[in-house]
Amino acid sequence: MIPRGLEHRRVNSPTAVILVTLALAWLALIIGAPLATVVVEAFGKGLDAFLAAFREPDALASIRLTLLVAAIAVPLNAAFGLAAAWSIARFEFRGKAALLTLIDLPLSMSPVVAGLVWVLLFGARGWFGPLLEVAGVKVIFAVPGIILGTILVTVPLIARELIPLMTEQGADEELAATTLGAGGWTVFRRVTLPNIRWALLHGVLLCNARAMGEFGAVSVVSGHIRGLTETLPLHVEALYNDYDFVGAFSAATLLAGLAVVTLVAKTVLEQLIRAGQAVKPAQELAIP
Amino acid sequence: MVALDAAFAPAPLKPARRSWREHSALPGFGGAFGFTLLYVGLIILLPLAALAARPWEHGLGGVVDAILQPRTLAALRLSFLAAAGAAVVNVLTGLLIAWVLTRYDFPGRGVVDALVDLPFALPTAVAGIALATLYSPGGWIGSLLQPVGLKVAYTPVGVFVALLAVGLPFVVRAVQPVLEDLDASLEEAAQTLGARPLQTFSRVILPALTPALLTGFALAFARGAGEYGSVIFIAGNMPGVSEIAPLVIVTRLEGYDYAGAASVGLAMLAVSLIVLVAVNSIQVALSRRGSR
Amino acid sequence: MSADLSRRGLLAASGAAALMTPGLVRAAAPPVALLNASYDPTREFYKDFNGLFAADWKKHGGGDVSVRQSHDGSGKQARAVVDGLEADVVTLALAYDIDAIAQRGLIDPKWQSRLPFNSAPYTSTIVFLVRKGNPKGIHDWLDLVRPGVQVITPNPKTSGGARWAYLAALGFATRHNGGDETRALGFVKGLYKNVPVLDTGARGSTTTFVQRGIGDVLLGWENEALLAIDEVGPGKFDIVRPSMSILAEPPVAVVDKVVDKHGTRRAAEAYLKLLFTEPAQDMAARHHFRARSRAVQARYADKFPALDLITIAKFGGWQAAQAKNFADGGSFDKIYQPG
Repeated sequence: MIPRGLEHRRVNSPTAVILVTLALAWLALIIGAPLATVVVEAFGKGLDAFLAAFREPDALASIRLTLLVAAIAVPLNAAFGLAAAWSIARFEFRGKAALLTLIDLPLSMSPVVAGLVWVLLFGARGWFGPLLEVAGVKVIFAVPGIILGTILVTVPLIARELIPLMTEQGADEELAATTLGAGGWTVFRRVTLPNIRWALLHGVLLCNARAMGEFGAVSVVSGHIRGLTETLPLHVEALYNDYDFVGAFSAATLLAGLAVVTLVAKTVLEQLIRAGQAVKPAQELAIP
Repeated sequence: MVALDAAFAPAPLKPARRSWREHSALPGFGGAFGFTLLYVGLIILLPLAALAARPWEHGLGGVVDAILQPRTLAALRLSFLAAAGAAVVNVLTGLLIAWVLTRYDFPGRGVVDALVDLPFALPTAVAGIALATLYSPGGWIGSLLQPVGLKVAYTPVGVFVALLAVGLPFVVRAVQPVLEDLDASLEEAAQTLGARPLQTFSRVILPALTPALLTGFALAFARGAGEYGSVIFIAGNMPGVSEIAPLVIVTRLEGYDYAGAASVGLAMLAVSLIVLVAVNSIQVALSRRGSR
Repeated sequence: MSADLSRRGLLAASGAAALMTPGLVRAAAPPVALLNASYDPTREFYKDFNGLFAADWKKHGGGDVSVRQSHDGSGKQARAVVDGLEADVVTLALAYDIDAIAQRGLIDPKWQSRLPFNSAPYTSTIVFLVRKGNPKGIHDWLDLVRPGVQVITPNPKTSGGARWAYLAALGFATRHNGGDETRALGFVKGLYKNVPVLDTGARGSTTTFVQRGIGDVLLGWENEALLAIDEVGPGKFDIVRPSMSILAEPPVAVVDKVVDKHGTRRAAEAYLKLLFTEPAQDMAARHHFRARSRAVQARYADKFPALDLITIAKFGGWQAAQAKNFADGGSFDKIYQPG
């Protein structure tokens, strides 16, 4: 990401060399080393052992479930992010700060608690447990519970990308379009969406990476039924507990690989933004 | 930054506010706002209510007892202290990394930029297993530290080390956009006026970054305090020494003590929330002063 | 609804018939799916046993059956069942956990007398796993409290196996100190002072000891110790059996409320009964559990030397043992109280 109005400096001064080296060394220690451990352990017994980990029906089932959960959780959170950003960045109403704090709340929730709350609600002895029992609907220890746990953990991610950007952009363009007689959907599709598409995609990718990797909350609501309610991260734990270390790290490598690909895709996106000058750069703004 | 302030600044006061919201020419408020409230209600508020309602079966005394029990207190202290310590380090390293990523060009910068988010996306259990493998006495790093007499795995230091990775993306991602937006002419002007680089940094750049650094700190802290998966494998889990608060929740559940578990969960959430809200208020105050 | 009820009645009736006269209702048995909620160390055993059951069920006219497994800590699994995990059978680490499910109305309170041997088809005990050649010279319980000996064992608050280990240590200390409870607890306190890592589960402790190389002795399940030697370190570890230990009886039960809802009682009961038969007992012994069958015991006498074992009755049963030692403020908590 090139700062606006600033060219990247070459690393030529001693200070620059020291700073870049320090930063890279820290990242190598904190992020690189654990990642390398995972990959080295996965391929420790060769490629065949690595691939064998994905021939197991349980592994395939867990991959399918992980994709299914992400495919449901991410679009829902995207729809929420858009609706929240539209109402918060385009309208003034009382209680906005409280709403923003609520949206951020899941970020400060322990994953264990994020799972526990659904058990308190939908567990057999939870608030709605008896009701669900009568209706014959299973939420906890079934796929819906896993989806709910994932959604709760990832709910702020897309909204947090969109709200600051749309606030900064202001409503002028949309107001102009409305004045010219465009309807709500048209304004959204033709004016708002093009302005925020990169940030939206960016948020979706981050949300997706997190949704596929969530462990703590999902672990509480999963029930750990092999081949049925085990997501890929839970499958990693199960394999690890089975003394199948190569299998565990292989599945972990797949997860890490998915995350890295997603995150690199995100960076490539940002470079595309830079290339397309007409498009206003998507911003990674952090709101608390 | 600007956006952040705008989002948090209170609506401009109107002399006589007739409705709870101001009129706008834009359509779609009802639908979007309705969906937002419904979603927040079902996904965030309802679970929160379930959590908040659960601990009180033995009254306030029960909640206080559950939290003030020495073992629980020690675990809460460890979780919050380790999270705060790691967040402080994260503010320093996060600033360094954001600075390097926005100011210098070097080969592989794009990939490095992407990798910063990895702790956020990597399953916590995977991170935890990898960290335990690395830092145990036989691991790559642990075997280097052992001769020096430094024990990381299975000590409170292990909790701190695990949280260093967990919180890093929050600080980098909070600081990075602000650094990018920071007007280069400001730095240049300072330098023209004869400021040394360090002076430019401490007088011009740092003040502009303060709100973002605070945000990063608060998020890294809140996330770190509640972290379970990546910590549990490396923590050692000794009651009173290296046992983290989320483990106390899990242990309480094991004993069918839902009220006790929810008490600790609620207490943790409350502390994190207080820190987040405090940081928000500081930012609102800062932005008001800045805009004057 | 009524159709459902009548179908269930029919199933129950045909189930009873099948039990009395196997082979008469061969035709048109619908495929059955069971869920077995178990604790961590039984993964390998039940993987095999489920195949045995499927073949047996089919042979006796039961049709196709698939058994799914769910594994986690024993206490966690009991809580999951209470919270709505629809397991047809539970096969857990200790009777206390099944009692907890029974107390919440999902299992008949008299579950333990429904099957032979207190409903525990296999047993195990608590042993020491030490590094090859036993460099620290660990032979009995008293060696575990020596300064400089590091003991790896899981947390009794979160692990069933750890509770057996705790009680074994307490039982030894009580006998060693002539029944003096205070001194017995002093011994247990000294033991846990030597524990550098308290994992949350038995398997976690094994990994810490075997994979990470932490500690001098792993205090835990005999079946875990044997499996660890099998899986990771043949020739790297030795098993030390102390002068006395505890008879750990991991029990099994049909979850009445669930099987009645699913209409799977007949299959679930057959599943558990099969555990007590000769082939299953042999399989359990191969998977490092001590068999109940005398014949199998004789066959595996070398693998499982006879030991001086106390039982849970010594502690007044699980309810009393739990309340006194592992509940909040119990004897285990006191170990970690400062001062």
